[in-house]
Amino acid sequence: MVSVVSNQVRDDAALPPPTRPALLIWRRFRRHKAALIGGAILIVLALLAILAPAIAGWRGQDHEAVNLFNRFQPASAEHPLGTDDLGRDLLLRLIYGGRISLFVGLVTACLTASIGTVIGLISGWYGGRVDAFLMRFCDGWIALPLLPVLIVLAAVDPTKVGLPVSIAKSPDLSLYRIVLIIALVTWTTSARLVRGVTLTLKTRDFVQAAVAQGASTARILFVHILPNALSPILVAATLASGNIILLESTLSFLGLGIQPPVASWGNILTNAQEIIWSQPMQAIYPGVLIFTTVISLNFVGDGLQDAFDPRTEGR
Amino acid sequence: MTRFLSVRFLQAMIVVLIMSFVVYGLIGLMPGDPIDIMLSGDPNMTAADAARLKALYGVDKPITERYFNWLMSAVGGDFGYSRQHNQPVMHILLPRLLNTLYLMIFAFLISVAVAIPAGVYAARNPRSWVDQAINLFCFAGISVPVFFLALLLIILFAVKLGVLPASGMRTVGGPPSFLDQLRYMALPVLTLTIANIAQVTRYVRSGMIEVLREDYIRTARAKGADENRVVWKHALRNALIPTVTIMALECGTLLSGALITETMFAYLGMGKLIFDSILANDFNVALIGLLFACSVTLILNLIADLLYAALDPRISYR
Repeated sequence: MVSVVSNQVRDDAALPPPTRPALLIWRRFRRHKAALIGGAILIVLALLAILAPAIAGWRGQDHEAVNLFNRFQPASAEHPLGTDDLGRDLLLRLIYGGRISLFVGLVTACLTASIGTVIGLISGWYGGRVDAFLMRFCDGWIALPLLPVLIVLAAVDPTKVGLPVSIAKSPDLSLYRIVLIIALVTWTTSARLVRGVTLTLKTRDFVQAAVAQGASTARILFVHILPNALSPILVAATLASGNIILLESTLSFLGLGIQPPVASWGNILTNAQEIIWSQPMQAIYPGVLIFTTVISLNFVGDGLQDAFDPRTEGR
Repeated sequence: MTRFLSVRFLQAMIVVLIMSFVVYGLIGLMPGDPIDIMLSGDPNMTAADAARLKALYGVDKPITERYFNWLMSAVGGDFGYSRQHNQPVMHILLPRLLNTLYLMIFAFLISVAVAIPAGVYAARNPRSWVDQAINLFCFAGISVPVFFLALLLIILFAVKLGVLPASGMRTVGGPPSFLDQLRYMALPVLTLTIANIAQVTRYVRSGMIEVLREDYIRTARAKGADENRVVWKHALRNALIPTVTIMALECGTLLSGALITETMFAYLGMGKLIFDSILANDFNVALIGLLFACSVTLILNLIADLLYAALDPRISYR
């Protein structure tokens, strides 16, 4: 026994010092320049979103207060990007809009990944009829035309599904509703992913050992299998959050998502088709912000994928 | 083959049936019902009239019974009337469907014609500056909101350059001509195409990179086969197998994209019809429109499976 231990120590001493996996992943991630730039942009946007109330206080402006004498002011020191059709500072509204978009992207991505993970774990672990049922359900769900279904869901009258009027009339409803309905239509990707990982892991020795030791199913799924599925889930969630922000902005643009006076990048553009003839720049700023955020998320997702799984690099 | 087709067709029918119930239920959850809307248009109606109307049209019955009644008449070919247009649903739907079909065929053909050469070129020259430019374009194409892309194109071509019309189907008052129609289709088609090219190119590129590493490609080269023949014949055929599924599914996405595009350009197609009828509580039209969109996705999935077998002799459905 003693000799084995001392052997091991000698072996370790001969090897270079071990590198932590997180460090290795970071080194590989760093090689993906677009992902690095995307990550930096996202950090700046997130900081602006967090600091929005402080910026509003510092500028002494209110992003929701209407001032009709101040409509469509050109860019000035007081309003760096000018004012909108109701005389509100456009820059401040864009910063507040970012709060909504990033919040929806983050929360919905977590929610959709959780729903997908639970369904994927159950489907992969139990197999057989449970698996067949859940996967057919998944297939049918994917065949639903995404946008039309989202529009119907966004138009559903909350009192008809039994929500009390106090919640149905609350101003935050549009925010919660959008998180919920987007999660409802996008969980299939992560469900399939996690199912696949579960299927390959469940025959591995360490899982079989846990079964033999009498571990409960919940323990096997969440303590033994889930940690091994985390990196693909993280990549999928990053890529999904870009897609979610696109869907949110589209619904808000159509007037079915975040309701004014709350600002979102999508609803700032709602009347863009009227203003492009006179104020084309006003229609461009919010769109560029959505585009920048989504492309950054896609690059970061791509970079994470390469970092976690070097085999996929350059594909 | 026949057996496979009939089984798959039966499965698709069952899915459509289940979906029709789900969509029927969802549409019932939208604000207002047809009688309430009739009421708001006529101040002389009393509550008693409303109750009688509700009984007459069966709106007061439970949802399963209403759904069953609707299903029976739908199977008999009666899809109801449009509230907005005062016409049978099919009379409105069919011309709109044709308009969307034009849009999608153009968009699909152009995007495949661009995406395949672009994807193949990028895969043959990985990490070259052209590959990186194509890659950047693809990321941009999948990251841009369709409505914003449409806005940008309108600003560029209609507002700044003034060469193409911003919206509509044809010049009002002008003589109807094919060329005029094409001018109005240019921007919607361009909008749909850009996003689609980005998706398809990515799949062609990654499929091609994978296949070019295969042993049989090396064998073909070693035997002295012409490089163009190796790439376009030996490799592309196999690289396209995964791409075909994506392209078929992409058509479904095109349909969703068409909803936004058609709305932005006031193009009278299916997408705009579905959107307008949902917003106007035109239940019958919205229901059939949605179900139709679901069926198209399912049929495209089936076509993708068949194409699979056609492209890869190893796959057979016998």
